[in-house]
Parts: sequence; C-alpha cells; structure tokens
Amino acid sequence: MIEVQEQQNQLTPYIDQFERFEQDSELSPAHFLPIRKAAIARFAELGFPTNRDEDWRFTNVAPIANMVTSPASQRTAEVSPSDVSPFLYPELDGPLLVFVNGRYCASLSHTQSMPDGVRVLNLAEAISAGDPVIEEHLARHACYQDRAFAALNTALFEDGVVVHVSKGATPDKTIQVLFITSPESVATVAYPRVLVVADESSQVSIVESYASVGPGDYFVNSVTEVVAGANATVDICRVEHEGDNGFHIGSLHLHQYRSSRVQYHLMSLGGRLISHDVYALLDGEGIDCSLNGFYVVEGKQQVDNHLWVDHAKPHCDSREFFKGVLADQGRGVFCGRIIVREGAQKTDAKQTNQSLLLSDRAQIESNPQLEIFADDVKCTHGATIGQISEESMFYLQSRGLSKAAARNMLVYAFAAEVMATLKILPVKTKLEAELFSRLPRLETTSA
Amino acid sequence: MVDSTSTLDQWEQSEYKYGFVTDIESDSLPPGLNEDVVRAISAKKNEPEFMLEWRLKAYRSWLKMVEPKWPNVTYPEIDFQKMVYYSAPKQDKDRPKSLDEVDPKLLETYTKLGIPLSEQKMLAGVAVDAVFDSVSVATTFKSKLAEMGIIFSSFSEAVQDHPELIQKWLGSVVPVTDNFYSALNSAVFSDGSFVYIPKGVRCPMELSTYFRINAMSTGQFERTLIVADEGASVSYLEGCTAPMRDENQLHAAVVELVALDNATIKYSTVQNWYPGDENGVGGIYNFVTKRGKCLGKNSHISWTQVETGSAITWKYPSCILQGDNSVGEFYSVALTNNYQQADTGSKMIHIGKNTRSTIISKGISAGHGQNTYRGGVTINKGADNARNFTQCDSMLIGSECGAHTFPYIEVKNKTAHMEHEATTSKIGEDQLFYCRQRGISMEDSVNMIVNGFCKEVFRELPMEFAVEAQKLLEVSLEGSVG
Repeated sequence: MIEVQEQQNQLTPYIDQFERFEQDSELSPAHFLPIRKAAIARFAELGFPTNRDEDWRFTNVAPIANMVTSPASQRTAEVSPSDVSPFLYPELDGPLLVFVNGRYCASLSHTQSMPDGVRVLNLAEAISAGDPVIEEHLARHACYQDRAFAALNTALFEDGVVVHVSKGATPDKTIQVLFITSPESVATVAYPRVLVVADESSQVSIVESYASVGPGDYFVNSVTEVVAGANATVDICRVEHEGDNGFHIGSLHLHQYRSSRVQYHLMSLGGRLISHDVYALLDGEGIDCSLNGFYVVEGKQQVDNHLWVDHAKPHCDSREFFKGVLADQGRGVFCGRIIVREGAQKTDAKQTNQSLLLSDRAQIESNPQLEIFADDVKCTHGATIGQISEESMFYLQSRGLSKAAARNMLVYAFAAEVMATLKILPVKTKLEAELFSRLPRLETTSA
Repeated sequence: MVDSTSTLDQWEQSEYKYGFVTDIESDSLPPGLNEDVVRAISAKKNEPEFMLEWRLKAYRSWLKMVEPKWPNVTYPEIDFQKMVYYSAPKQDKDRPKSLDEVDPKLLETYTKLGIPLSEQKMLAGVAVDAVFDSVSVATTFKSKLAEMGIIFSSFSEAVQDHPELIQKWLGSVVPVTDNFYSALNSAVFSDGSFVYIPKGVRCPMELSTYFRINAMSTGQFERTLIVADEGASVSYLEGCTAPMRDENQLHAAVVELVALDNATIKYSTVQNWYPGDENGVGGIYNFVTKRGKCLGKNSHISWTQVETGSAITWKYPSCILQGDNSVGEFYSVALTNNYQQADTGSKMIHIGKNTRSTIISKGISAGHGQNTYRGGVTINKGADNARNFTQCDSMLIGSECGAHTFPYIEVKNKTAHMEHEATTSKIGEDQLFYCRQRGISMEDSVNMIVNGFCKEVFRELPMEFAVEAQKLLEVSLEGSVG
C-alpha cells in the first residue's frame, strides 16, 4: 500500500500540470484535446517505470520520479548568443531554431534562409493555427499507449518544431534545431516535441541538438516523430550535450513508407542519465533504415539505447550500428530488437553493438534481440565487449608513441567507425574534435 | 514444388514412433497438492527428517511464488491441484533383486525403447538407472562402479545410503527458493539419480538414465544430483521418450551439478518426449531447471543437449563459474515442428578469475514451430580476464514458423572479452539445388544440410548419442521443405 501511495505522489504534480492544458484552447484545440486527455490518462495508469519492467531493468528512473519538478520558466533573456554558440554549427547556413526551456526563442533563431518547399514552424503556433499536417501526423506515430514517458510528453508539451517538406522538394540546406535548458534553483522539466514530415520523393537533413547552460537539476522529456513518405530521404543527426545534472528521456517514432531512406545518428555526449527509445516502423517495400549511435560515459553517467526495428513489409534493409566508450563509473545499456513480421520476406537486418570498457567500475548491459516470423530473411546481430588490446598498445608504443597517445589513438579509432557515418560534415568535424579533447580526461578518470 | 509439398505433408503426418502406454497398476496419491501430500511423499520414501524439512521449506516458499509468465511460450493455465504428485509401480515395497523379478511388462517397455537392460547392455557398456514413473526399478553396473567408489544410484536409495552427501549437496546449486518450478520440484520430487565420483577417479563408462513418463496425468518431478570430487571426471547421458497421449503433462525436473577442483562433468541430453500431434494437441510441458556449479579451481562443466520433443520446452542449462580458471560450455540443438514451442538457452555467470565459457546454440524451426534462444552472460567485478563466446544460429523451414533470439549480456569488468554472434536464415536454396541436381532426394538433402548445420553440437555428444541424435533429427525432419 505504501508503495502505491508513493507512486501516486510521484504522479500527482504531473497530473496537476495537465489541468492548465485542459482550459487552454491555444495549446489544446478541439482536435487535439482528446489525444492529450488519452495520453495523461495512460500516463496515470502506467506510472513511472521501475526495475521490474523488462525494458528498465538496468535503469533507475527513481531520481526523476522523486524529483519535485516545476515547468521550466521562460527565461530567454538570460541565455545569450554566446551561451548557445558552442552547440551550433555556423558552417550550416540553413534555418536555425533555438528553444529555451522548451519554448521558442525568436531572438536566438533565424528562419529567413528557408529553402523552397520547406516549412519550418514552431509547434505552438502550428497547433493553434490548426495546420493540416498537425492534424494528420502529430501524436499519430508516437506510441504513447504503452510508453509512460511518451505519454507524459504528449499530454504536456507546449512547443517544438514542425518541419514539413513538400512533395519532390530537395533543399540543399540543413535545418538546425537546438533545445537548450537553463536550469533554475528548483528542478525543472521541459517537453520538447519535434515533428518531421517528408512528403513523397522529398529530401531533408536536420541537426537536432539538446544542451544546457549552467548547473542545476533538470529533466528533459522529448519526443520526435518522423514520417518519411514514399521515396523520401531523411537524415537526422541528434546530438545530446546535457549537463551533469540533466536527465534526458527521449524517444524517436519513425514511420517509413515505400522505398524511403532514413539515416538517424544518435550522439550522446553528456548527461547524468540519457535514455533513448527508437521505434522504427518499416511500412512499405524497399525501405532502407539505418540507425547509428555513439556514446561516451564517464563519472556516474548512464546512457540507455532501446531500439525496435519493425519489419512489417518485405524487401526492407535495416542497419543498427551502436558503439560506446565507458570510462570511470559510467554505465551503458543497449537493447536492440529486430522484429520481422509474418510475410516480411527478403528482409535483410543487421544489428551491431560494440562497447569499449576503460575502467573496472564501468558497466555495460547489452541485449541484442531478434524476433522473426518469416523464413526467407537474413538477420544477424553481434555484440562485443572488450578493452583496448595489449598488442595494439605495444605496437604503437614500439613506434615511439607515448602510452597516453597510443591509448587515445586506439579509443579514437574505435569511435571513428561510427563518426564516419555522419553525413553532415561540419557536425562530424566538430564532434570528432570534441571527442579528441575529451580523451585525456577519460584516461585519467579511469586510471 | 510438387515434390516439396508432398514431402512436407509426409513430415507433418510422420507419427511419433515411441507412443505406447504400458498398462500397470499404479500406487498413486490422490490428485492435489498440500502439506499432507508433501509429508506423504516423504513418508512413502521413508526419508530422514532433514529431507522432510527441506521439502516443506520448498513447498512453503513455492506457495509465495507466482507462476512465471515471461517466457516466449503460450499454453493453457496449469491446474496444480489437479495433478497427481506421486505414483509408483506396485512392487515398491519388495524391490526386485534381479532382472527376473522385474515386471515383464516393464522389461517389454524398455525393450521397445531400446534400453539395453539385458546382455546387450554389457556390450554397450552403459549403466542404466531406469526411472519408470517415479521409482527406480533396476540399476545395473552398480557393483562394478562401487568397486571404484563411484556412487550411481536412484535418488531415494542415495537418501537412505548416503544421507550425509545428500544433505551436503542437495540444493547447493539450485536452492529451494530459486524459481517457481524448481521449488515445486523440491517439494514433491519422487525420485531421480544421484552420482558421486570420489577424488581422482575417472568414471570408466558413460552413465545413463532413461526417464520415461507413464501413468495418466502424473507430472514427473525428477531430481538429479551429480557431484564430482577433486580431480574426478564423469560423462552422464540423459535420454527421454514418452508414450503418446492427449493430455498435457508437466515435467519439472531439477538437475544440479557440482564440480570441485580439477573435476570435469559432461552432461548430455537427448530429449524426445511426445511433442503433441500435428494440430498442437497434447504433448509434454518440459519446464526444467538445470544448473552446474564450477566450485573448484580448473573445474569444467559441459552441457550438450538435443531437443526435439515436448510441446513446450523451457530450460536454460547454466554454469556458475566460481572457481578460478573454470570452464563452462553449452552446446544445443533445438528443433520445433508443428506447434512446438521452445524457449531455451544458457546462462553463464563468471565469478572466478580467468573463467571461460562457450555457448553454441542451433535452433531449427519448421511448421508452426516457435524457437527462442534466451541466454545470459554475466561477468562480475572480480572475474578478471573472463572470456565468453556465444554463437546462436537459427534456421527457418517454412513460412509460418518463428525464430527469436534474446541474449542478455552484462559486463562489470574491463578485462572481460565478450563476443556474441547470431544469424537467422532459411535453409539454403542453392545448397538444396546443388544436392538435388546430384540426384539426392529432397528429404536426404534437407537432412544433410540440417545435420551439417548442427555438426558443431553433435561433435560434442558421446558416440552413441551422436548417432541417435542424428536419427532423431532425421525422423523429426521428414519432409521438411516447403
């Protein structure tokens, strides 16, 4: 009974927050209110996951559940351009949208260089304007029915981004979106929401970044929905730079149609707990879906990646390639599941998870899973966990490299394989440089 | 295609070859389970006090447990109060001293099963502790083994003759509170086998027990305990066939292995219980807890299994690698046809330094069969230089079957080397084509390819078993290509 009571207490502040949404017709217009209501009801039912839930066996979300959070305030004035510049890529001259504490900040953004055929809107405005894309797609792909955090976001998000690429448009500019948190004296919570709709035969590339300025506890609960229409090409790079006291629980809900190609890169580079769910539904023939991930954890950080790739139709290819470097007391969890539905013949699915442990106190759990109901398929998965090989170290040292340099080089080489999949060059260059600068620190904390 | 369709039909219709019921009056307890039943079983077996205490403890903890629902299998709810927990052949009180005294009907059963209980056994060099339902009827080669100090007897005899060994080792690997079915087994198990190999002794022959389920609606709960003392080595074979019938039967056995310093235990299983008919009616539920503990330094435990029977197989032979330099191995072939379901795999828990483990699992699904590999490899903090290699391959025959892989890998030591590989594919069309164009029949081609697929595992089986396993697979695979 005490447990039930405790759980209720954890949920109450969130459910209270919802009341505001019920009254506000701007945030919850008539067509969207039922979805919000269903989502909060579902969240109230599901509650926060515990270690007894299979997917959260190794992840303790109690610090989030017990955190007394209030919605983040709109203190945009305190975030200056110099605060956000470390997380931007100036070489990309496309539109830039900056959100502070979950709300759009016009002064830090620029949307004038909008390419043809692309609409980049802020979600709050698009909802109240009743944009048809919103009605058709928003919350239609996120599985809030069975994921508590996706339900929470669906019920309580206020703002975010909508990217809509119309049929046949192939803009050559990359769209940048940055969600920055400016922690306050009390723990805050923000619910960023992203919707990307690429119509038939269109092409789009997006950099989605999450970061924070200053110390302080906070919780970011994000949901991204991506719809890739027939023959569309989508490239999304998600970079997570949360602060040391930041919790980020996010999910991507990807719906792919016939012959579409999606490349998704997930770079987790900071945060106390970063948990990321990816649901990819391959709903048409000839689809190509590639999910790449890289993470570095140190201190007491933890990174979780849960992937579901659902091959619902025949003749689709999927690739999952995740690598992690674990230093100090860092923890990593990888759960990948490939599902091949009955009749999804000629599926070619591959899943790889490799982890490099640099410290004795680091921990990794890796569960690469296959669920297959069709016979004419090619599915493989592989997981390796290891340390830097002594032989490689010896070889490099025998060539005159210092021990530290040799180690750095080998860790970098381990990471480079994933980094090489990044297609947006400025992002790749910057992340590589950042990784390089962090290597000596990884070295010392793990020694 | 005409050929393959007809062979598929043939396979689907191929009958279970070992289906028959021996008609013997059973001395059974009424169905149902309560403390009195546990006491009655213990009393019937004339057990010492500590055994009764142990059973009651297991029963009480079982009451608090919930039936696990996580395996990837579906079956109707089991009513534990409708089962009969004890049945023994009538001759329980005056046990046969020699083969002549054994009920001829039993002997007939064994002959049908091909158990070499008579002269041939000697030639085969196999000592058989045949469990007919719940009471062991005959144990051969006992005296020969006794000369070397090896104890190989039925569990109830061991409880009478060597209570100190039982008390010391029973439940040391699978404690009474371990899981739902092992707790149930601990409370009501009627018999099983006990093996003790003394210090420095290499067991000169393969030890073998044939279990056989008989008597309607009797769940069989065997208990096997094998202890290999320092420097000892033993190879143990377990094989199963069961009569054909419609009612589902629960089989919840527990096998415990203990290997002390420098000891080696090799445990091989061929499981061919009644899998149910082609519509998935009937068949055995096989929910088994098998676990070995490499307690001593340089100890070695190896599990080899060939699973072709049972409606539902659910077991994870595991190794706890506690001693430094200990080695755990698991080789498995699991075949599911018609509506069979299997959720099987292995757990390797690395605790000691320089411990090594290997998991090779081959799953074959055909018809509507669902085959799941579920494995866990845990490398604990102190397990320096632990090494694991896991390979699980699945082969799919037909478009309505399923193959699933759920590995769990947990590493807490940076010196660990951990590799996991899995592949799933259909039976190779080009391979089939090649064999066919050389004039080999469809059936033989499939058998050949499947046997090749499983070769890595068959290689690990003792010779007699390897031949049997290959045959078994062929029988189960009749007409397997659609």
